[in-house]
Amino acid sequence: MIRTVGKYVLLVREAFRRPDKGRVFRKQLLFEFQSLGIESLGIVLFISAFTGGIAALQTAYNIDSPLIPLTMVGFVTRQSIILEFSPTIISLILVGKVGSRITSEIGTMKVTEQIDALKIMGVNPANYLILPKITAAMIINPILIIFSIVISLLGGYLACEFSGLVTLADYLEGLRFDFEPFTITYAIVKTIVFAFLITSVSGFYGYYTEGGALDVGNSSTKAVVNTSILIILFDLILTQLMLV
Amino acid sequence: MIEVRNISKSFKGHQVLKDVSATFEKGQTNLIIGQSGSGKTVLMKCLVGLYQADQGQVIYDDRVFSDMPEYERMNIRKEVGMLFQGGALFDSKTVEENVMFPLSMFTNQSFEEKLERVNFCLRRVNLENANKLHPSELSGGMIKRVAIARAISVNPRYLFCDEPNSGLDPRTAGVIDNLISEITEEYGMTTIVNTHDMNSVLQIGEKVVFIHEGNLWWTGDKQQVLKSENKELNKFIFASELTRRLKK
Repeated sequence: MIRTVGKYVLLVREAFRRPDKGRVFRKQLLFEFQSLGIESLGIVLFISAFTGGIAALQTAYNIDSPLIPLTMVGFVTRQSIILEFSPTIISLILVGKVGSRITSEIGTMKVTEQIDALKIMGVNPANYLILPKITAAMIINPILIIFSIVISLLGGYLACEFSGLVTLADYLEGLRFDFEPFTITYAIVKTIVFAFLITSVSGFYGYYTEGGALDVGNSSTKAVVNTSILIILFDLILTQLMLV
Repeated sequence: MIEVRNISKSFKGHQVLKDVSATFEKGQTNLIIGQSGSGKTVLMKCLVGLYQADQGQVIYDDRVFSDMPEYERMNIRKEVGMLFQGGALFDSKTVEENVMFPLSMFTNQSFEEKLERVNFCLRRVNLENANKLHPSELSGGMIKRVAIARAISVNPRYLFCDEPNSGLDPRTAGVIDNLISEITEEYGMTTIVNTHDMNSVLQIGEKVVFIHEGNLWWTGDKQQVLKSENKELNKFIFASELTRRLKK
């Protein structure tokens, strides 16, 4: 365990060295924006819209006391979406989509000697392969999360509208009720930390893959499981630090 | 010239290389031969720094590579080209992008200058008009040739080839051997080829180093290899019916 953490820290340190060539790094970065961000937009928006709707309906379903105003549906939906659903659940979904892709890509490069080829050429493979992914995810994931929040809240509204459980006026009033802009900052900080974990941990498992195709699959599974655990752990730590 | 002095390497208590010393001459095709598991790949990986030897030195033209910190090794690595067994081409890049990659990383040439160099290297390995193909669209022989083009794109002083003929038919293997030998002479490189292909030994082995059970067992050239009285070398060389007939 300590050995693995040590190897991870050394790899991250190696990745964060100055890129050999700025132009090549920028090109890689643009490619990763596309690969990690734009290509994830569809699944993020789809899941966000439905989960926003489900959150609103479940809240409405659970309000059975006439003393609780229906504006609470908008309020609870907003809070759960901003504080937890968008930053954490979407990040967990991105672990499966982006993290496994990173591990498979780098792992395959490792077992087919492409990483050795980079080393022999005098290129720092960790820096060339992992740093653009970390940088791209830390920039693009907060944007994905903002989209996710907006679409989730829209999904909540549509669910209320079509089910007829809550009026638009009540839902909107609930959305605006007691809004603290800091919750958005909290969501973005969490997303940035999770983006770092997703890319660096997945990159680590790919980079240290040994063997063949089966081992690439095993590394991918380990990366997804361990990143998910770390995300939940850091979720608790960041919530304690920033909200409590 | 590349020199190894008293190299030893163990993995989990099993000694793979035992006090190996050899020199590999400039402008020549130097072959490391030996059975599978004899330690030749480990020796090559120690030479290029992918493995750190337990003891001993690797010297590139009076520069002690094995004692250098990683950032100093980077400078020597920029003078090294390597052809891997499977080619190790970057899957996501086209042939042109693969060959251009070292140029983009280590030179400040314009795109046109780099393209000119890429086309020259591809012509040199007889692969014109393959620029836009991806590695998945290439045959085994073409992959090896693209890998050679990538290796020579930055005019390396040292060329390492790990089993360049593996998986190729005898004719294509001969083409690859000749190509390696020609470019070695043309660019005055120090070339080290790791092989167990006897055709390669007889065709291009200007200097042959035989490794057996992790020890340096014999050195000589392609003429001497057939006449040697070394028992282990003979067992290796004349293992096939073809070479036995050739000896007769």
